[in-house]
Amino acid sequence: MGKVSLTVNGKKVEKEVPDNTLLVSFIRDNLNLTGTHVGCDTSQCGACVVHVDGKSVKSCAMFAVDANGSEVTTIEGLEKDGKLHPVQESFKKHHGLQCGYCTPGMVMSSIDLLKTHKNPSEEEIRKGLEGNICRCTGYQNIVASVKGAIGKV
Amino acid sequence: MASMIGSKVERKEDKKFLTGKGRYTADINLHNQTYAVFIRSPHARAKITGIDISKAKKASGVVDVLTGKELQDDKIGGLIAGWKIVSKDGTDMKCPAHPALATDLVNYVGDHVALVVAESLQEAKDAAELVDVKYKVLKAVASTGQAMNSDTIHEGIDKNLCFDWELGDKAKTDEAFSSADKVVEMDIVNNRLVPNAMEPRASIGDFNPSSEELTLYTTSQNPHLSRLVMSAFNAIHPEHKFRIVAPDVGGGFGSKIYPYSEDVVMAWAAKRLQRPVKWVCERTESFLSDCHGRDHITKCSVALKSDGTVTGLKVDTIANLGGYASLFATVTPTYLYGPLVLGLYNIPTAYCNVKGVFTNTAPVDAYRGAGRPEATYLIERIMDKAAKELGMDRAEFRKKNFIKQFPHQQCLVHNIDSGDYDAHFDKALKLADYAGFEKRKAESAAKGKLRGIGFSTYIEACGIAPSAAVMSLGAGVGLWESAEIRFNPTGNISVFTGTHSHGQSHDTTFAQIVSDKLGVPMENIEIVHGDTDKGPFGMGTYGSRSLAVGGTAIAKACDKIVEKGKAVAANMLEAKPEDIEFKDGEFLVPNTNKKKTMGEIAFACYLPGTYGEIKSPLPEGMEPGLKETAFYDPVNFSFPAGSHICEVEIDPTTGETKVDTYTCVDDFGNLINPMIVEGQIHGGLAQGIGQALYENAYYDETGQLVTASYMDYCMPRADNFPEFRIDYTCTPATSNPLGVKGCGEAGAIASPPAVMNAVVDAIGTEVTMPATAEKVWRALKDKKSTQKKAA
Repeated sequence: MGKVSLTVNGKKVEKEVPDNTLLVSFIRDNLNLTGTHVGCDTSQCGACVVHVDGKSVKSCAMFAVDANGSEVTTIEGLEKDGKLHPVQESFKKHHGLQCGYCTPGMVMSSIDLLKTHKNPSEEEIRKGLEGNICRCTGYQNIVASVKGAIGKV
Repeated sequence: MASMIGSKVERKEDKKFLTGKGRYTADINLHNQTYAVFIRSPHARAKITGIDISKAKKASGVVDVLTGKELQDDKIGGLIAGWKIVSKDGTDMKCPAHPALATDLVNYVGDHVALVVAESLQEAKDAAELVDVKYKVLKAVASTGQAMNSDTIHEGIDKNLCFDWELGDKAKTDEAFSSADKVVEMDIVNNRLVPNAMEPRASIGDFNPSSEELTLYTTSQNPHLSRLVMSAFNAIHPEHKFRIVAPDVGGGFGSKIYPYSEDVVMAWAAKRLQRPVKWVCERTESFLSDCHGRDHITKCSVALKSDGTVTGLKVDTIANLGGYASLFATVTPTYLYGPLVLGLYNIPTAYCNVKGVFTNTAPVDAYRGAGRPEATYLIERIMDKAAKELGMDRAEFRKKNFIKQFPHQQCLVHNIDSGDYDAHFDKALKLADYAGFEKRKAESAAKGKLRGIGFSTYIEACGIAPSAAVMSLGAGVGLWESAEIRFNPTGNISVFTGTHSHGQSHDTTFAQIVSDKLGVPMENIEIVHGDTDKGPFGMGTYGSRSLAVGGTAIAKACDKIVEKGKAVAANMLEAKPEDIEFKDGEFLVPNTNKKKTMGEIAFACYLPGTYGEIKSPLPEGMEPGLKETAFYDPVNFSFPAGSHICEVEIDPTTGETKVDTYTCVDDFGNLINPMIVEGQIHGGLAQGIGQALYENAYYDETGQLVTASYMDYCMPRADNFPEFRIDYTCTPATSNPLGVKGCGEAGAIASPPAVMNAVVDAIGTEVTMPATAEKVWRALKDKKSTQKKAA
């Protein structure tokens, strides 16, 4: 067991958990933030993507203790005072989701993409989302959603 | 108020998914719950000679360890195949017993043997390692093509043959072939796929000992149907005290139709242990235990006149059913496949024979398209080959053979109500700039690349299904649909549908229909599905049926509401019901200013009141309340059709195929929400292109699933696709009042042959799906060396 102490969506949290607790399990099971999803067991699908200290990270690929002292943002932490994040708005406008399961990770990855690429081309967007698998949308409207949020992140 | 039908309305369901407030089965945690881990067979075929659970039972945190013996003692029935197929010799299909936990033989890697239930998931996993199952390993039968010449894996089922089924007139077809000017033959393989919805399956059983109600939360596409099957056939619990909840479900594509062993066992275990039991599938576990799709080996041939008229078609297929017959496994390669091998061509005679075989692999069942992708693939590949052998342009050859007049009774089963195949084909040829292909080909060649173009003109049969038709063909149930529209006194509406939405946007599109028909704003309409305690029995979502069948039930229920509303309005406005017009949410007497809104009528129905001199607004003898139910049994299947054109560019040095452009023009009849339809097309195309170029579920000769994680099974990603070019034509369906044909599966049905016809066009030699870089590179190399030898 070890102590995990970090900030999640602006709130300080401190818990005692087994050392081998993955960050995604900590978020889902210990903090009851079930918006972050598990879609695979080989760190490829991207459903678990969150932001750790501003960068998108696959939370299934790090231990909770490795996030000690960090600021973590999950999908639940994007909405501010009832107002959706511009990327969330754009996904809604462009029908960038169907079943919704890959969506939290897809949104988090998209935000990171737009932070590092201010005006990405279609090719850069598609390549930038390589780490997120979607089975429903065929990606086209996800790409449109990201395009729709250019300049707003 | 502008019509909601045909509008690109943003989705009502998006906000919760975008903000992480979706509630998927794995997100649900019940008080006092336990955690379950399945013990699965590591062997494809083996006899269980002993199960020692003694150490596991004593492990930390373990609540119980359950095996097939306890299941048998509690008289829980096995999993069923729901559609009876009769072989050509008149005998019924042969299906093996399929216990939810094996006691004697295991028949595929991943097959279910025992269950460990513990206080935490980690403790369950640790204890699972202590369960000692002794196996006598037997020789696995893993090859579809060799299954009939291998060991019998199920006693009494000779040659591993479940059924030997036929469709069509063999004598007439043989005659067409013997008098043909030309016969073209082809061997076709439809590769095995794993559906891979992004949400893995999960089930939670919960028994209330006070009310004796058993609840199962599960990732299902059809909770009512699952409840019926599990109650009637698995004898889990009486139906009226059994509740199944399918909350938010993260994709299905067919793989979440069937009540699996895991559903039966979770429900049973919760009742037996009197505590909630929760199971969440891991991804490799999902690869091993979800039903797979496709897996056909086919020999087919077309008979032709020298002018290019197709005069006959013969199809001979071996379809892999896997280790057991799953719920829809026997209809998918027969009645959902055989009738569609004709494509949208006017073929006068055809004969189709399908042999369903068992192998030691995961069960195979319906996966997006369910039989129609397999049919479309073979006809569109052989039509391409036939055109080339005749020296005809592949587009002209297709057009020549299109069905031209409607309604059209095909020579096998279907009566196609409406269509105009020239319309979408011509539109697609223009949108894809077919005329400019040779120029683009030369430009690619100048860069050292090979360019090819491929067509896929398809028809499919969906809106599953007219009960009379399917029950006469062996279905255990009719496939009608239900809707209940319940007004609340304050005027907002709950609409209960027996369909289920796991990405299909019913919350929005169904609300559009109701809003349009009843004049109630979308925000006052709630579509309710996924809970057997809410609303009437329905058949669920698959087979592109929800709009055609479920949407029609909703429309009919709306009509009943309006009928009652007119009678109430007439009474309140002192007119006759036949004089009342209903328009834009108002009941009015034309040429007067007498009117009542839908809200006023609802209020009057719920709070009619009679007090002193205040008269009830309801006509004499009419019951209060405003709630109507409709069940709709479709009169026919619906027949979406379309033309897809794919252009690929291949790098011969690496064999890598790039889909350069993909054009589709589809006829789905009337569209309720074009934005949603487009999303369904995109998703279907991605899966079909995925099948053609990337995906393959591969079992080795010992029956080990080699492609059992995302490390080995290639899932398509965003950078594998261009922007799709999409357009439509419209010939409304005549089989339902909405005129809709359904669109959910068409993309996955049409695209594999479009891609493969393009790849083969580019490289000039045959290659099988998936046309991976290595396969294409080798095919080019082999072609080159064959040409060298010939020179």
